[in-house]
Amino acid sequence: MSERDNDALVALLQRHEAAILDEWLREQSASRRRGDPAQDAEARTTSRELLAAIAGALAAGGGADIAGAPWEKVRDILAELSARRANQGYSASDTATLLFALKQPLFRHLREDVKDAGKFADALWRASTVVDSLGLHATEMYQKTREQVIERQQRELLELSTPVVELWEGILALPLIGTLDSGRTQVVMESLLEKIVESGASIAIIDITGVPTVDTLVAQHLMKTVAAARLMGADCIISGIRPQIAQTIVHLGVDLAQVTTKASLADAFLVALKRTGSEVHLRQAQKG
Amino acid sequence: MERIPILRMGRFLLVTIQVDMHDQLALALQDDLTQRIVKDRARGVLIDISSLDVVDSFIGRMISNIAAMSRVLDAQTVVVGMRPAVAITLVELGLDLPGVRTALNVERGMALLQEPLS
Repeated sequence: MSERDNDALVALLQRHEAAILDEWLREQSASRRRGDPAQDAEARTTSRELLAAIAGALAAGGGADIAGAPWEKVRDILAELSARRANQGYSASDTATLLFALKQPLFRHLREDVKDAGKFADALWRASTVVDSLGLHATEMYQKTREQVIERQQRELLELSTPVVELWEGILALPLIGTLDSGRTQVVMESLLEKIVESGASIAIIDITGVPTVDTLVAQHLMKTVAAARLMGADCIISGIRPQIAQTIVHLGVDLAQVTTKASLADAFLVALKRTGSEVHLRQAQKG
Repeated sequence: MERIPILRMGRFLLVTIQVDMHDQLALALQDDLTQRIVKDRARGVLIDISSLDVVDSFIGRMISNIAAMSRVLDAQTVVVGMRPAVAITLVELGLDLPGVRTALNVERGMALLQEPLS
């Protein structure tokens, strides 16, 4: 049955392929940003390939369910097209509109070719469902590409935001920037502990100047990190506590009594130096 | 039955755990160690767990118990060489070994034990 339904469309696409392509491209450029010629040429190639692939899929008996085998080539082209447009910064509806623009030329040629009212309605319905599912598929692909981008950025952010630096022999600093959640704390904790083993440091300064808010969960994460470092034989100092955060911590009833806290990284560094047996002296100002 | 060796260094006892800890072994260690502390009149115990890479709540509690018992017998306990993964596990289990002193390696652990004597 599905093949018979496709007959009218297949015949139409064979007869008017060039004309449909031209009209489709006109429709596309009307809805597209004013592009450069290179982009127009690219759109032409892609559209021609896509139209040929659609015709092929319909001839092979592909139904409205475009997850089927006949549509494989079309799906590949769509995936590539959507990914490219997602990276170029088009919106999802732009991408779908590109495909929906195919409707008008298809319908016009159908009306000219198919004179029988019943057959015309059937073919029209067929064309409409196919184009709709293509559009939906393109949108899905587009979304998937964007999700991949977001995922990659999250991963990069995680790596970027947890540096452990050695300030002095035996003194590590961990400047935390951005909101702390369980996932990040885990990474932070692991990298700090690894670095303690690697460098044999005895003191670690956790600087929270860049942490916007501290709630009970964040405080708990911090305490866990401090406890784990202590188990490995390294002391922790928490520094960079802003006045606002000091107030929040007390209001929340978080007990930081076990941990050495300092207002600034400089103060914490001084304490750390003292504990490791080093001292900082001002060189006497030279006269004259 | 296999046992964890307890070495004597002056007034300190050195325990190096180099096999997978299982419950029976931990109980035997607890027994042996308390007896040795009394017999040798030890002032400090150093437990090296640098080759221990898996702990469960029982082993964690044993370490904590051994430290508490040593303290009752007037010997300080220092746990040295804990691996990051072990430290994270213990903290997640809520066992942050209060009262147990820790050090990164045996050398620093010994320095910690010697501090109050000098």
